[in-house]
Amino acid sequence: MSYTRPTFRHPEQQRNDKGYFRRDYEGAISTLCAGCGHDSISTAIVQACFEMAVEPHRVAKLSGIGCSSKTPAYFLGKSHGFNSVHGRMPSIATGANMANRDLLYIGVSGDGDTASIGMGQFAHALRRNLNMNYIVMNNGCYGLTKGQDSATADKGSAGKKGTPNPFESIDLCELAIELGASFVARSFSGDKQQLVPLLKAAISHNGLAFLDVISPCVTFNNTATSTKSYQYVREHSEATGTFDFIPLQREILTRYEPGTTQAITMHDGSLLYLEKLEQSFDVTSRRRSVDKLEEAKENGRLLTGVIYVKPDSQDTHDIINTTLRPLNSLDQSDLCPGSEVLAAINENYR
Amino acid sequence: MKPTKIENPEYFHKVIDCQYACPAHTAVPEYIRLIDNERYEDAYMVNWESNVFPGILGRICDRPCEPACRRGRIDEEPVAICRLKRVAADYKSAIDERMPKIPQEKNGKKIGLIGGGPASLTVARDLMVLGYEVDLYDDQQKAGGFIRTQVPSFRLPEKVLDEEVNRILNFGVNTILGHYVKSLKEIVDKGYDAVFVGTGAPRGRDLPNLPGRELGDKFIHIGIEWLAAVLYRHVEKTGKRVLVLGGGNTAMDCCRTARRLGGDEVKVIVRSPREEMKASPWEIEDAEREDIEIIDNHVPLEFVVENGVLTGMRFDRVEPKYDDNGKRSLVSTGEEPVFIPCDEVLLAVGQQNAYPFIERDIGIEFSDNGLPVIDPVTLQSTLPQVFFGGDAAFGPRNVITAVAHGHEAGLSIHLFCQGQDLHNRPHPMVKMQGQKMGIHDWLYDSHVTEEDRQEVIMVEKVKSIQDRLIEVELGFDHDRGQREAKRCLNCDVQTVFDPATCIECDACVDICPVSCINFTDNADEEPMRAKLIIPAQNRNQALYVSSSLPTGRIMVKDENVCLHCGLCAERCPTSSWEMVKFIYKAPQAGMK
Ligand SMILES: Cc1cc2nc3c(=O)[nH]c(=O)nc-3n(C[C@H](O)[C@H](O)[C@H](O)COP(=O)(O)OP(=O)(O)OC[C@H]3O[C@@H](n4cnc5c(N)ncnc54)[C@H](O)[C@@H]3O)c2cc1C
Ligand SMILES: Cc1ncc(C[n+]2csc(CCOP(=O)(O)OP(=O)(O)O)c2C)c(N)n1
Ligand code: SF4
Ligand code: SF4
Ligand code: SF4
Ligand SMILES: [Mg+2]
Repeated sequence: MSYTRPTFRHPEQQRNDKGYFRRDYEGAISTLCAGCGHDSISTAIVQACFEMAVEPHRVAKLSGIGCSSKTPAYFLGKSHGFNSVHGRMPSIATGANMANRDLLYIGVSGDGDTASIGMGQFAHALRRNLNMNYIVMNNGCYGLTKGQDSATADKGSAGKKGTPNPFESIDLCELAIELGASFVARSFSGDKQQLVPLLKAAISHNGLAFLDVISPCVTFNNTATSTKSYQYVREHSEATGTFDFIPLQREILTRYEPGTTQAITMHDGSLLYLEKLEQSFDVTSRRRSVDKLEEAKENGRLLTGVIYVKPDSQDTHDIINTTLRPLNSLDQSDLCPGSEVLAAINENYR
Repeated sequence: MKPTKIENPEYFHKVIDCQYACPAHTAVPEYIRLIDNERYEDAYMVNWESNVFPGILGRICDRPCEPACRRGRIDEEPVAICRLKRVAADYKSAIDERMPKIPQEKNGKKIGLIGGGPASLTVARDLMVLGYEVDLYDDQQKAGGFIRTQVPSFRLPEKVLDEEVNRILNFGVNTILGHYVKSLKEIVDKGYDAVFVGTGAPRGRDLPNLPGRELGDKFIHIGIEWLAAVLYRHVEKTGKRVLVLGGGNTAMDCCRTARRLGGDEVKVIVRSPREEMKASPWEIEDAEREDIEIIDNHVPLEFVVENGVLTGMRFDRVEPKYDDNGKRSLVSTGEEPVFIPCDEVLLAVGQQNAYPFIERDIGIEFSDNGLPVIDPVTLQSTLPQVFFGGDAAFGPRNVITAVAHGHEAGLSIHLFCQGQDLHNRPHPMVKMQGQKMGIHDWLYDSHVTEEDRQEVIMVEKVKSIQDRLIEVELGFDHDRGQREAKRCLNCDVQTVFDPATCIECDACVDICPVSCINFTDNADEEPMRAKLIIPAQNRNQALYVSSSLPTGRIMVKDENVCLHCGLCAERCPTSSWEMVKFIYKAPQAGMK
């Protein structure tokens, strides 16, 4: 019987720059269905945090309700976490982020959690450009409640129940660009080669990084008639290009041809090299990005990879000019600077 | 890379590191599981079929399986395979009725065995079961060979030895004991259908040219002769200060025996650096526990004899030097020779083969190194009806090798007596048994315990030093035996992959605790090894490679540190991984 995972790891596993092993980023053994795409995304998060040498105690994981929202239990077991109510991940993330701007915020949500009940919260976290990674594990259904169609299910797609979805679907990436997210990407749980560097880029981004990760629900939505099955996604995805994420202080080993390559300097000085499939495409242009999404859709393709980046983005703290320190580090003298300061402020208004 | 041919029985056999390393290919994980289920008799029989002497080997085996054990690659120490064998032997109840029935009616073939050690006894067992008549000649009064005359009782009690040796003799072997065979020709001329020579490597090396050797002869003994003399009570005590020359297992047995016969100050002197000593690490440890000092890098110069009495030995201090090819030589440090006082010296500087009873004109060819010319597979000599095995075949090895030779020779003799081609040997017997019961339920205990290797219980030193007949190790008690058995990783439960059903969801990759599963583009073996999630650097371990999957990638699993935990199979939504028990039996005479 194995409801536990052996604690042994490969004897040749390496430490990262901060001295952590990969297993220091793991969580509890998953209770999701065997083969669920969400588990692969959890592993990709573990891998990305390990490679970025994020310190586990400097991370907060936030989620709503759903199979997807359960996953923070299965990665970063030594980090902070808050599993909120259905669709409310963004408000919890906002509160936490306002209180302590120094942590890395990883918000996990589902397509139901985000595109239905949590739509309002989603919109506002994005337009405020909250500094966080907002990950939607998108399976086109409500997995936890037995697979009802969600708002991201494509029109005509049919899951295990067999009835084609009659409604139009919501494209979360397109919406995210409209709503003001400063980093937008799409990937697939079955493609860690793309997903891990995307997560790493998202971690080094300042502002809201939105990741729509197609993640097949093996139990309710991995049918031949579904557009969110392993097979369909593999056959229909098309990347905006291959890319290379080079963290700060790492040597650049590859030569990039100007013209087809777009280099983007991230907030922390890391570099994102995008080797574009199409020369005219510019990931820093909202208009071009939305066009590109629509164009792919017209061709029956699913656009993946980095879709939009605003390199010089300002996050909520920058916008509303908050204190530079976490609230828990402010003491009496910071909060009550004394009558002299008050007098000076009053003087300002005379 | 090409898809792995898992139909080849040797592929999965190799994954079972211990069984593969065992010269007799004992089904180790199978018997350990049986111990875990407290089925000691079954566990004993699994052993007995392959290695013939579970109680003996559970105490004194050289344990080639343990350095090979997978657990040693992921945990601090390997499974205590050898001591678990003893658990099976110690805790079994009667097993007589499980023994094969010996045909009353004989098959008309008669075999002569020269030497009564483990090699000959194994041939006897394998052939008696098939209705052969067997004559066994040995110069000692009791059968057993070196494990009786050499291995001291504090490591192997006589009772254990008698039980397993007699079990075979009681199959109806005609024993001609106390009979030294002076002429092989005489035996051959008796008209045996085949003759097996299992006479061991009975001669201990001397240092005849060392100054003082002759003068001090009374105080200087050849280790293996001395050990036999101790057994027969010709020697009952030693001087207080004893030097043992040599770094192998014989040296360890000599020094520990001397310690029990009145040696208060026993030192082992080794020419080479300690790391190169041939003795098993656990034997060195046992010796040191008994206050025996081991002095390395000392080359003997002379025996110092004063007034006809040995007073000590002089040694040159050396250090190892390595040339460009890594070849080691011992170079004198140039310091003054060291004098170490002593009353007696035991020489344990090696063993030699000797075949004084083999006439050189009866058709048995010898090679330059003095050993007979033998087919390495069939063990047949150049005289077709004469076969060799054990230490007599290729020089001194160990008991389990002698047993393995016994099986091969038995098989050859059986083929020979039936007029068949000796090189057309039967294949190993293999079976595959699925282990699935439910989603998380397996027929084997897939849980991987974190338990450390159990310490063996020993008799107090003050007591055991008094009496050479007291067995030092008491073995595992019930609790330790159970804990140790659970440490086995069940490497015989194989992960079998079906590329036809895999949907490449990565669930197995994500769950595997030791990151051994990969889905990747094909490549040649070397670049493949380098590009895996964790590069596969242990080249003794295979990569399991599938045929092409729908994405064009392949599955590549590095077998090196797989825990056989079954999580990949539990996590796979399409049952593309299966946990299948692989049973492998090496061929023996008469195996169908
Ligand atoms: C001190 C010592 C300790 C050892 N400890 C271990 C150990 O812990 N573990 C281990 O695995 N191995 C050990 N060995 C090695 C092991 O004993 C041998 O490898 C093994 O016994 C070889 O078996 P065999 O059947 O080839 O011959 P042997 O066991 O050597 O038996 C040969 C028999 O043939 C008899 N014989 C020889 N010539 C004739 C003849 N012409 N006529 C009649 N009889 C004859 C011999 O007297 C002997 O009884 C040890 C060896 C020594 C010397
Ligand atoms: C307020 C509220 N309404 C409804 C539910 C029932 N509910 C639980 S999970 C879920 C949908 C989850 O879908 P999604 O976010 O896509 O997660 P998935 O399980 O597919 O990963 C719903 C409707 C609830 N828990 N709370
Ligand atoms: S129901 Fe679907 S989404 Fe939920 S765990 Fe199972 S496969 Fe994953
Ligand atoms: S049995 Fe499967 S999951 Fe377990 S270690 Fe081996 S390959 Fe990995
Ligand atoms: S879990 Fe099964 S289906 Fe998924 S990749 Fe592994 S073998 Fe293939
Ligand atoms: Mg969903």
